Formats: sequence, structure tokens, C-alpha cells
Amino acid sequence: MSLNIIVLAKQVPDTRNVGKDAMKEDGTINRAALPAIFNPEDLNALEQALKLKEMYPGSKVTVLTMGPARAAEIIREGMYRGADGGIVLSDRAFAGADTLATSYALSAAVRKIGDYDLIIGGRQAIDGDTAQVGPQIAEKLGLPQVTYAEDIIDVKDGKATIKRRIESGVETVKAPLPLVVTVNGSAAPCRPRNARNIQKYKYATVPSEAATDEKKKALAEKRPYLNIGEWTAAYVDADLQQCGLAGSPTKVKQIENVVFSAKDARRVENNDAEIETLIKELIANHTIG
Amino acid sequence: MATDKHNLIVYCEFEDGKVADVSLELLTKGRQLADKLGIKLEAIVAGDNLKDVEKQVMPYGVDTLYKVEDKRLSPYTSLPHSSILINLFKEKEPRIAFMGATSIGRDLGPRVSSALHSGLTADCTQLEIGDHKDARTGQEYKDLLLQIRPAFGGNIVATIVNPECRPQMATVREGVMKKEIYNPDHKGEIVELKADDYTKPEDYVVEVIERNVEKSKVNLKGSPIVVAGGYGMGSKENFDMLYELADVLGAEVGASRAAVDAGWADHDRQIGQTGVTVRPKLYIACGISGQIQHIAGMQESSIIISINNDPDAPINTIADYVITGNVEDVVPKLIKYYKKNTK
Repeated sequence: MSLNIIVLAKQVPDTRNVGKDAMKEDGTINRAALPAIFNPEDLNALEQALKLKEMYPGSKVTVLTMGPARAAEIIREGMYRGADGGIVLSDRAFAGADTLATSYALSAAVRKIGDYDLIIGGRQAIDGDTAQVGPQIAEKLGLPQVTYAEDIIDVKDGKATIKRRIESGVETVKAPLPLVVTVNGSAAPCRPRNARNIQKYKYATVPSEAATDEKKKALAEKRPYLNIGEWTAAYVDADLQQCGLAGSPTKVKQIENVVFSAKDARRVENNDAEIETLIKELIANHTIG
Repeated sequence: MATDKHNLIVYCEFEDGKVADVSLELLTKGRQLADKLGIKLEAIVAGDNLKDVEKQVMPYGVDTLYKVEDKRLSPYTSLPHSSILINLFKEKEPRIAFMGATSIGRDLGPRVSSALHSGLTADCTQLEIGDHKDARTGQEYKDLLLQIRPAFGGNIVATIVNPECRPQMATVREGVMKKEIYNPDHKGEIVELKADDYTKPEDYVVEVIERNVEKSKVNLKGSPIVVAGGYGMGSKENFDMLYELADVLGAEVGASRAAVDAGWADHDRQIGQTGVTVRPKLYIACGISGQIQHIAGMQESSIIISINNDPDAPINTIADYVITGNVEDVVPKLIKYYKKNTK
């Protein structure tokens, strides 16, 4: 038995390492100041897919992302780690999408791919932390979903057995394919890049990248496996009314940097006498002790 | 006059005979907002053995309780619970719907919002009612739900609205809203619904085959003192020093997201918008710069001590005491003088 697996991935700004220049003066985000990375939980998802590919030889792993052409970077990253190929879903019509419009576009691309047993993504992306796109894609495709997955244990008789990590502990569920799974950060980390894969795929490109690079263009024509798909809204038959800003029920009313109502903080010097005074005070007013 | 349509509804999580705290917190917030809008507060509970559920939810001011009792609805699985909400919401057209930002609410909410094409805002830290004017069309909207949440890793706070689509849906994490009895004798209507009228047989395809309940050993919410470490702790070894301080003070150890991401503390110790919200008597922030997303989870602490070598760390603005210095110098001093003065 072999499986067709689609891994949903997102290229995100590294919000974990936000420096002082990350915010512009008007309170908007200076995306250019932040490195773009493979969303961490999507790497956990990729690992689950690659593990299944090893368990069931002949399986195929396709990485699907939505974003600008430079998001091809994470498709290559996925291929270096063992994915077979990927697709960047890229169109101006997708700009300004909230989670619902994003899941609509991605579900249209999944339909276009057509042949799939498992769709695996990270639980959430670090730039939004919503955890909504996975379940919304499942709903749009009419598929069951398993969220907060920690381990896809196996696939037998058309059913996947999956361990989930939830607040109260661990739960094991059995769900029929095709199925959407979202993977938690507590799952196994992704395997590193493989040197042979780097050699093989380092010139993999989307057509718009190849258009400006003669060498890549020539290689892509000679070796089909170097072609990363670059799909538009029209190519996946997406209804433009459901894409981007137009297809987003939620609107951002306001964005602000927060000004905390400053308390009158007492400065305590880092010396023995002042710290002992502080401790004595906290003991006297029953805060500690 | 309020009708059975266009009300505010809360999905209440129910397990082992108990409605989850987060659901009761949402009922409390829901009651306030419903009063403000002059609409009813409704609750829906789906599960098994729901006998006493009304006793648990009515004191929070529920006007209508929908009960869907069926063995197949417990334990929770995505499809039947989402079908119930989707079909009930189509029927009752609620104006606003809340659910907990838990592994259940965050599994259920997006699925329901997708089916109804209604907006959903995750992990809100404040919910208010207010007006909105669309900057592009100039159209004005009265009394929308303002869904306020930190975004972008906690570097900004965004106010989100759903001008056109209903219900306006939001999830909120446990501990963010306060739980308060509205009226111990409040009486509401109970409406029993049949699972078969709201779900299809094929909704029951996912099977829970095993459950191992692991109660978290970390009790951040209940601890009167919290010692929390951030990225400024510098290393796992330095972070581990906080356990010593917590041990002498009888405190629990918490962490900022950066410290959890660095692998110095487990995820269940994370304090902030995407972690636990705490309101202890004393909060000692060690090497925490104070991103909004962290502050959202601890700003209501009674006393805040910030230890940081950056005198301008944002967290210092909300602190009662600021100690500027290296954490690894200050913490041993705190331990030493606490021991000396409590003997």
C-alpha cells in the first residue's frame, strides 16, 4: 500500500526573534526585518509524512504552500528533507486573506491535486497562532479531521491510528482516509536536510524564478523533478469572491502597539541591603512566607 | 423583546459530569454582553449523562439551555459536535457564539465557521461591543463584537470585527475571563434536542480507542506565587535556578514563550496569550522582556517584581518593583535573604 500525502506548509516571519527594528514607527510590521522560515509545526507535520513514506514504500509527499513566489524556498527545504515535490499557490487575488479565505484557496488547490489520502499540516503558524486553517480545509473538502496529533502510528485497512496530545492527556483515535491531520509541536522533530537531496534539488524552481535565470531554466526543462508547481487562482478554479480580502468575513478594525498604564515602579538596587529590605517587606505584608 | 433568534450562545464543554471552567467564564462574559445588547444568553451542551448540567450553568444567567444527550457524543469527536452547532446555528441564527480556546473549541470552531462562512477570531483576550466604520466603503455598523487579541507573536494587538457574517465567533482561553455567578436562583428554559435530528450517521466515523488521562503536574493557575523565566535567563542551567527559588517560596515555575521555544521549559509552563493566564499574589518575572502576548497572561497579578538587566524592558512599566541586574546574581540573593528572614 502506498499513500499520496499532501503536506501543508507556510513560510512565516520568525516572530520568535523579533528585534527592536521589527516594528515600523506607524505600528505596522516591518516584514523585511524578520527572517522568513518554515513554520515550525509544519516541519513536525512534514516529519510525520516522511515517516509514513518510509513505512509504506511508493508513497509520495507533496508540499503545498500559499504565498509569493519566494515561498518556493520552503518547498526546496521540504525536498532537501525528503519530500518529492511541491506547489506554490500564488496569486494577487489571495492577498489580504483571513483564515477562511486561505483555507478556501488551499482546498481548491488540494482538489486540483486530486489524488490524496492524507493532508497533514502543522497545528498552527507562529505569525497568527489561530489553528483554524487545518479544520477549515477539512470542512471545505468534506473530510474528517484529527487535530493536535502527536504521532500518526500507522495506516491499515483505510484507517489511520493517531495519537493526540490534548489538555487532559493523550488520546488515540482511529479515523478513515482521506483525512486531514494537524500536528502539534510536541511531535517528533523533522529530520535534517539530506546531503544527496540538496545536490539533487538545489536548482528546483517555480517558473517565475526560472524565467529570470537561464541556468535554472535549462535545468528545469531537462529534469522534470526540478519543477515546482506555481499555481494561480484561475488554475485551481477558485471563485475570486471567496479569495483574499473579498472572501474574508473578518476585518482588522485596528492594530496598535500597546501602551501599558505605567505603574509607579519602585527601583530596587541589586545589592544585599536593598534586596533584604524588599524581602522583609514582602514577608511583613504576607505576600510571601 | 428578545426572541429565540439572534442571541448570544456559548458552547459548553462537558466531561465527567462537569462543565469546563472556561465555558462558565464565557457564560459570565456572554451574560454581560447579552445584557448590553438586550438579547438572550443561550448555552449548548452536547454529551452523555447531562442530568445535572442545568444546575451548573443556570446560575451564570443562561436564558435558554440546549441539551443534546447521546452516548455517541462522549468523548468529544469533531464531526458530530460540529454538525450539531452548524445545524443549530442555521436554525437559530445567533448573533454571537463563543467557545473555549481549548483542544475542543479550537477543533470545533474553525469547522463550524467554515461551514457557515462566518468569521472566527482565536484566542481573544478582550471582547467588547462597539461600532465600526469600514474605511473603504464608508459603511457604518452598530454594536459589533470587537474581538481583541495580540497578534504577530504578541508584538501587536489587533481588534477584529465581522461586519457582515453571523454568528460573530470567538474563542477565549481558560482563565482569561473571570467566572462569576450571575444569580444563584436564575431560571432559564431547557430545550432537549435529539442528536439524530442534528447529525448524520457518517459523522460518527472517528473512533476514540484509548484515553490516558495525565493530569498536569504543573499548577500555575492555582499557585499564589509564580516565578517565571524568559529568554533573558540565557541558558537551561540558569533557568533551572528558578526551581530553587520557587521551592523556597512555595511557588510554581512559569515561562515565557521564548523560554519554552528555546527548550528550557515544558509547554505546560507557558504563561501568556497562547499559554496559561495567571493572577497570583506575587509574580516574579526573571529575564522576561514583556511582549504583549506574555503580559496578557499575567498583568492582573497583585504584585509584580521584574528582574532584568535591561532597565527599559517593557515589563518594567507594569512592575511594582524593578531590580536591574543579572538574574543569576539577583536570584541567589532572594533565596539567601528569604531563608535568613523566615527562620
